Amino acid sequence: MLVTLPPLAWIALFLFAPYCLLFCYSFWSLSEFQQILHHFTLANYAHLFTNPLYLTVILRSLRIAFSVVLLSLLIGYPLAFFLAFHAGRHRVLLYQAVIIPLWVSYLVRAYAWKVIFGNEGVLNTLLLWSHAASHPLSFLLYSPFAVIVTLTHIYVPFVVLPVVASLEKIPRELLESSSDLGARPWQTFLRVILPLSLPGVVSGATFALLLSFGDFLAPLLLGGPSSVMIANIVANLFGADYNWPLGAAVAVVILVIVIAILSVTQRIERRERFA
Amino acid sequence: MNFAHRPVLLSAFAGCVYAFLYFPIVVLIVYSFNRDGVGGFPPRHLTFDWYRVLFTDSAMWSAVENSLIVALAAVIISILIGFPAAYALDRYAFPGKAAFQRFILLPLIVPGVITGISLLLLVVSGGFHLSLTTVILGHATALTAVATTEIFAGFAKLDRSFEEVSADLGANGLQTLWRIVLPLMRTSLLGTALLVFTLSMDEIAVTFFLIGRENTLPLEIWSRLRRGATPEMNAISTLIFVFSVAAIFISQRLITGGEARSGQALDIAGATR
Repeated sequence: MLVTLPPLAWIALFLFAPYCLLFCYSFWSLSEFQQILHHFTLANYAHLFTNPLYLTVILRSLRIAFSVVLLSLLIGYPLAFFLAFHAGRHRVLLYQAVIIPLWVSYLVRAYAWKVIFGNEGVLNTLLLWSHAASHPLSFLLYSPFAVIVTLTHIYVPFVVLPVVASLEKIPRELLESSSDLGARPWQTFLRVILPLSLPGVVSGATFALLLSFGDFLAPLLLGGPSSVMIANIVANLFGADYNWPLGAAVAVVILVIVIAILSVTQRIERRERFA
Repeated sequence: MNFAHRPVLLSAFAGCVYAFLYFPIVVLIVYSFNRDGVGGFPPRHLTFDWYRVLFTDSAMWSAVENSLIVALAAVIISILIGFPAAYALDRYAFPGKAAFQRFILLPLIVPGVITGISLLLLVVSGGFHLSLTTVILGHATALTAVATTEIFAGFAKLDRSFEEVSADLGANGLQTLWRIVLPLMRTSLLGTALLVFTLSMDEIAVTFFLIGRENTLPLEIWSRLRRGATPEMNAISTLIFVFSVAAIFISQRLITGGEARSGQALDIAGATR
């Protein structure tokens, strides 16, 4: 039992204590001389809930995150299906090819999209060069669109891998009996394959949802003012806008949303398991 | 369902997805050799100049050095904490086990910003200054979660009978751990170390809030990107890509004998459940 002590101490000191501090800070405030006042106040939360800016940004972050999940599923599910059932003898290689981008630096991939989408970027100059467009498409970069494409690119593998795993777990006899009983392939897909692969879908989608919801780097690098996300607000309050107590309160709100999303997806998963 | 024939549409779609996944990486690599800067189609004037610039860029290399120090320290700490944590989760039932598991895996699903700022509050409250040490602390905290899941997966695959034999033959717990469990867990631990190392070399979100005067490599790249991109960034990104791919091949070699493993990412994704 002694083995639990070092990790317990670590958790207490570097996870539990920092979260408690975060919680405390969210109830403190800033004096006019920019000093932290250690008096209990609900002012930060009152500010958060009365100023529509925060709600707008939270809803936008959720919208971007859900778009990323939807796109990742639309792109990732067919690929997972292909890998599980039709990849043939190159299966291992093709599977590795999904994992490799995961190991490529996040920053490198986000930067690559900036290079592609910029006004003098690869895409625009290609369009001009091929006379497909007469002037650069300036809406590509510094928009929610660029943020969504980049985050989708980053999180597709996280969706593909668990879906492949759950597709591979489906006993092939089930598919054969479904077709023996006269089901057409699309019926087999809708009635047998899709429901049985839902645990993988939920697990991958949750991961992509939570990580893109809390992202602040892609909006900083590729998004304009119209794609500021909630984590950017926290980063700003802890940086240039210096107001740690308010930043802590926003962080607590993010934490609550993350936990709420998790408990919903866990409930869905549990229902899948016992259904 | 007939699985013998290959659906053309599906295969074509899969091809497009691979193109989407690799297009940005290819663009990066190609333009690292482009004399006239990033972007601009078609690329012309092939040159190695940007690599030459990169190799004489001392700020960049000291950032690489800092990143290596941080990554190495993060690997050591996260395994020192993650191994006993995974061991306890695998072997023991103890009060508060569910909470223990939830807490140690928390950084996997909580956005990096939150891990970053909450540790920043701890560091500041303790009266410490931001430095590479605080960055190491942040990486170790965030990546212990990854190490724990990976090592836990390793324990799940372990054949317990070896340990039983060892105990039957009179070895005590520590001897069994040292001479049986650790050697059997070697590949799992090496794979974990490599994964944690790679993730640490790439970490930005947590580092962002804990960095002192000395930059890590991603933070150095980040601060330059914000000022404006040059193909030197493509050159360093290409090198990072080459090293990442080398790392994945080495780790796959270590972990498996050729057969595809379900992938580290999968274990991480699985941990969200």
